[in-house]
Amino acid sequence: MSGTFVGMPSFPEAAHEAVGDATLRANLRHATHTIRDKRARAVAELDDWAALREAGKRIKDDTLRHLDTYLVRLEQAVTRAGGTVHWAADAAEANRIVTDLVKATGETEVVKVKSMATQEIGLNEHLEAEGIAAYETDLAELIVQLGEDRPSHILVPAIHRNRGEIRDIFTEKMGSWGRPAPEGLSDAPAELAEAARLHLREKFLRAKVGISGANFMVAETGTLVVVESEGNGRMCLTLPETLISVVGIEKVVPTWRDLEVFLQTLPRSSTAERMNPYTSMWTGTADDDGPRTFHLVLLDNGRTDALADEVGRQALRCIRCSACLNVCPVYERAGGHAYGSVYPGPIGAILTPQLRGTTSEIDASLPYASSLCGACYEVCPVAIDIPEVLVHLREKVAGEGGKGHRLEKAAMKAAGWVLDHPNALAAGERLASATRKLHPKRLPGPGARQWSDHRDLPDMPAEPFRDWWRKNRT
Amino acid sequence: MRVALFVTCVNDAVFPATGVATVRLLERLGVEVDFPAAQTCCGQPQFNTGYREETEPLVRRTVGAFEGYEHVVVPSGSCAAMVRHHYPSFGAEAAGLGPRVYELTEFLVDVLGVTDVGAYFPHKVTYHPSCHGLRMLGLGERPRRLLEAVKGLELVELPGAEECCGFGGTFAVKNPDVSAAMGADKITNALSTGAGVLCGADNSCLLHLGGMLSRREDPLRALHLAEILASTEEEPWQ
Repeated sequence: MSGTFVGMPSFPEAAHEAVGDATLRANLRHATHTIRDKRARAVAELDDWAALREAGKRIKDDTLRHLDTYLVRLEQAVTRAGGTVHWAADAAEANRIVTDLVKATGETEVVKVKSMATQEIGLNEHLEAEGIAAYETDLAELIVQLGEDRPSHILVPAIHRNRGEIRDIFTEKMGSWGRPAPEGLSDAPAELAEAARLHLREKFLRAKVGISGANFMVAETGTLVVVESEGNGRMCLTLPETLISVVGIEKVVPTWRDLEVFLQTLPRSSTAERMNPYTSMWTGTADDDGPRTFHLVLLDNGRTDALADEVGRQALRCIRCSACLNVCPVYERAGGHAYGSVYPGPIGAILTPQLRGTTSEIDASLPYASSLCGACYEVCPVAIDIPEVLVHLREKVAGEGGKGHRLEKAAMKAAGWVLDHPNALAAGERLASATRKLHPKRLPGPGARQWSDHRDLPDMPAEPFRDWWRKNRT
Repeated sequence: MRVALFVTCVNDAVFPATGVATVRLLERLGVEVDFPAAQTCCGQPQFNTGYREETEPLVRRTVGAFEGYEHVVVPSGSCAAMVRHHYPSFGAEAAGLGPRVYELTEFLVDVLGVTDVGAYFPHKVTYHPSCHGLRMLGLGERPRRLLEAVKGLELVELPGAEECCGFGGTFAVKNPDVSAAMGADKITNALSTGAGVLCGADNSCLLHLGGMLSRREDPLRALHLAEILASTEEEPWQ
């Protein structure tokens, strides 16, 4: 796609591939529609959903407004409880801190709880380069890691895979990472889960270091919370001697009471469950139970930049439930990989350009990866007005005048002039109507071609409405 | 009652029949219609593409064009949503237009208090609720109630009705593959109903869907709701 006039090539180019992949389209359609329908039923069970949504929004907004206060309070509480707090300004600093902490234990392997923050900073790749093997233990993350693949969904990272593909990955790859898949493995879900369980069990029992993220951090007590379904998180959080948690600074909430809201809205919005199977909470260290050493790495990595943006900051309310991905018609067709980030879908389209900036082609194209249909805003459990932020980021990208936008701005200005001069507009409309027999159905050229590759241009009417009005009603 | 028609730029230039139908319908219901000629475009294409500065003159023009009218009727949910939801960010004067703007079905059902407008349209019809009317205006059941009351009309439910058709303004040309894939799915769903008419209340969506349909041999055409409601036994709509 040439698309320099009106389009940013990166997201559209990646999406072009995905749209043409029939298997991927079928996998995504089936999975997103199943989850979206279940979510709708789970949410409809609660009479006070709207109030919970508003409460979640307000708790997050109030916390973000006084983020400095709550982070210091959190640090004090974690330290009092026997943990050590580290502050990381960016991905490089966070990776360096974690690597040094693992090296200090003398270990060369770690087990991981599913974590968006560690994916965001590319921790696994960094550790591997430093000679440390990081084993993902969430079932879907395991599939992605064994398949040398990238996650395509926040909650269901292997959503783009069907069970036949998963069986093939397990059969081919498990052996080179540890315990091989059982002989004659079928694609029955129970068999696949058992293969993963056996493979992971030896990792859990051997590991001395666990690495996690967190869904919430409670400032008043220094407690971290991980919400999960499979129990692999509980293993990683309790069995190793050392636990290192890398958490974005926006994950703090002031009090335990605040969890009341999110522990209702998160499971229903994400897995469509009334309550998630495992909620692990820990406060520092204890002498007789769990890890003896606990480190918390607080990650900024662009978050304070987002916080400084009055419109964009609402993206930091996100609790990573993925409801917006599951209802998004663009995500359903383009798939998660097209977004070029660990945060795909509508939330990724507003979060990634704020965390990474809009200098790269993919990041500058993300705010346009939406028809602004608003389905995402409707389901968001913390009421992030994603369309509003998308338009705001489009203003930013257009204002920077990057690739294609100077020409587009000129076109918008020209159109604006015509539209601000009704006589000129009427003359243009009359010209279009008068020459209508000559109009082709398809047109070359940027913009026009992107339209007419897929759709006919409309037949122009014999006269514009304003002329009909003048002749018939004045 | 006297109202101003905000026909919208798309209808003025490409779908004047929708404007004519709206006038005929309103006049039939005893409403006196004005067409302030200073109106052009609400500025939504510029605004949603990130050109706020280029939007401002159009906001001022639109607000000026409809000054003094208590009821401004728009046969487009998307343009009504632009005025109601985004104009307030352009200042108090612009914000003042929002409460006076009515999407056509809002005006019929809420202001005039009618659902049976005396229309006759003997066809099988399915209705696509465009996103901005559905989610930003909350039109709800209004369009369906109006359609159900049309004599001779058989209304059939569109599967996946609330999913976007893929138009999305400049989205249609910036992300043409995804847009077309969404449109194709919408058409597949519409065809599955056996309806001969795919009705919508936003011609921008119908420009996209109709443009796709015109490349196919399917017995399905896209038509604006106003044209169905304007149709009567005495004066059937073409």
